[in-house]
Amino acid sequence: MKDTNFEKDLQKLEKIVAELEDGEFSLDSSMKKYEEGIKLARACREQLEKAQKKIEILIKKDENLFEKRPFEET
Amino acid sequence: MKDAMIYTVTQLTRDLRDLLEEAFAKIWVEGEISNYTVSSAGHAYFSLKDKESLLNCVLFKGSGSKIKFTVKDGMQVVCAGRISVYDKRGQYQLYASEIEPKGKGALQLAFEQLKDKLSKEGIFDEKHKKAIPRVPLHVGIVTSPTGAAIKDILKVAKRRFENVDISIRPVRVQGEGSASEIAEAIKELNDYNGYIERTSSGEHPIDVIIVGRGGGSLEDLWSFNEEEVARAIYNSNIPVVSAVGHEIDYTISDFTADMRAPTPSAAAELILPRKEDLIARITQSRRGLYSAMKATVENLRTTVEGLGESYVLRNPVNVLLRMKQEIDEKVRGINTFISHFLDIKRKDLNGLAGKLHMLSPLAVLERGYSITLSGGSAIKDIRSVRKGDSIETRMHGGYISSTVIGVSTPGRGKEEA
Repeated sequence: MKDTNFEKDLQKLEKIVAELEDGEFSLDSSMKKYEEGIKLARACREQLEKAQKKIEILIKKDENLFEKRPFEET
Repeated sequence: MKDAMIYTVTQLTRDLRDLLEEAFAKIWVEGEISNYTVSSAGHAYFSLKDKESLLNCVLFKGSGSKIKFTVKDGMQVVCAGRISVYDKRGQYQLYASEIEPKGKGALQLAFEQLKDKLSKEGIFDEKHKKAIPRVPLHVGIVTSPTGAAIKDILKVAKRRFENVDISIRPVRVQGEGSASEIAEAIKELNDYNGYIERTSSGEHPIDVIIVGRGGGSLEDLWSFNEEEVARAIYNSNIPVVSAVGHEIDYTISDFTADMRAPTPSAAAELILPRKEDLIARITQSRRGLYSAMKATVENLRTTVEGLGESYVLRNPVNVLLRMKQEIDEKVRGINTFISHFLDIKRKDLNGLAGKLHMLSPLAVLERGYSITLSGGSAIKDIRSVRKGDSIETRMHGGYISSTVIGVSTPGRGKEEA
């Protein structure tokens, strides 16, 4: 199973932080990394909030058709 | 012999059968299995024996299919059944309905047998275990929609990471046919990921499946010890977390799954990150970015300041003085050159002035010549002079002013007298 985008972005973000902390970069590329990092942090936050918290029952109608309906706790 | 009753073989056999069936309608017999064979019709034939005797037994397909473990020769068992007679052979035998292994339960034995079989196949091997995504966004659940398991999972999800999508594929988790339902459900959740991809609905695919139920007796949990379920878990492309019953109950599903959770709520705890933790990670990274960037800038500042400590930048006046000195020297050199040049030129000029003097008409006058001027201009032609003109003669030492009293041109005579 592949990692979710959220996970990839978060890991990428943490890698950038580690790289920046090593401080091996020129000011210019540091700035670029920094900007990329800020973008990733924002993307992660958005993805977290975007996930929809749907709770549904999955029903297979036939080989090529699925149906979902809200799950109601009994 | 007169009063003696003469049986036909069939009559006698039937009477014996009636007697035996009545006397041994429901019995338990203990012994060792031998000559166990299964016919093409699915009925099993075997013998039960001990040191001195042997009992022929038959286990019809209907009863046999309920036996969870695999019957093998040499096994010590207790069989339940009835005694009857197989008329055609004149043979009494045990029509078995149940077989229990001696010393341990049938289910326990079945469990051990299946575990052993799948283990030999490598189904439980670590190398087949798929990684559980650290941040699943869509969780599939195979369990009873009315059981405790689903309630527990949803409760944990709500507490830890309520944004996650949950797809429940309802199944019966115990009783006849439940294992097949569970196996089919796991497969369908996998199919659903293919369906999401095909329809490009934008729905996030299922990242992980929780398969399980709440605690119960070994019989209650039995579906999760079925080979069918184990195979479905093994064949799932989506990682499967097995969450069956209470902590102590280990099932075949637990061994097969990519992760085993002691209870359904523990499964949810294990796979769902806490949203606050995720936010903390993002915030921490953001802070890390900022402080790393600050450090980078600080480093650069230090470097720049280090350069500032260098001779040139620390005391620019010195450099200026040195440059001024150089310039002064250059200027001095230029000055020397210029005065030298001027000297030469001056000498040249003096020479020229001498020459100039020699050419001056004044010098000619010194030698006794004179110039006659009329109206301030030298008279160069006698014809421009008329009698009575006032003329001036310049000679060395001064002027003579005179009036023309006559003009003569030698050769042409006097023009005017």
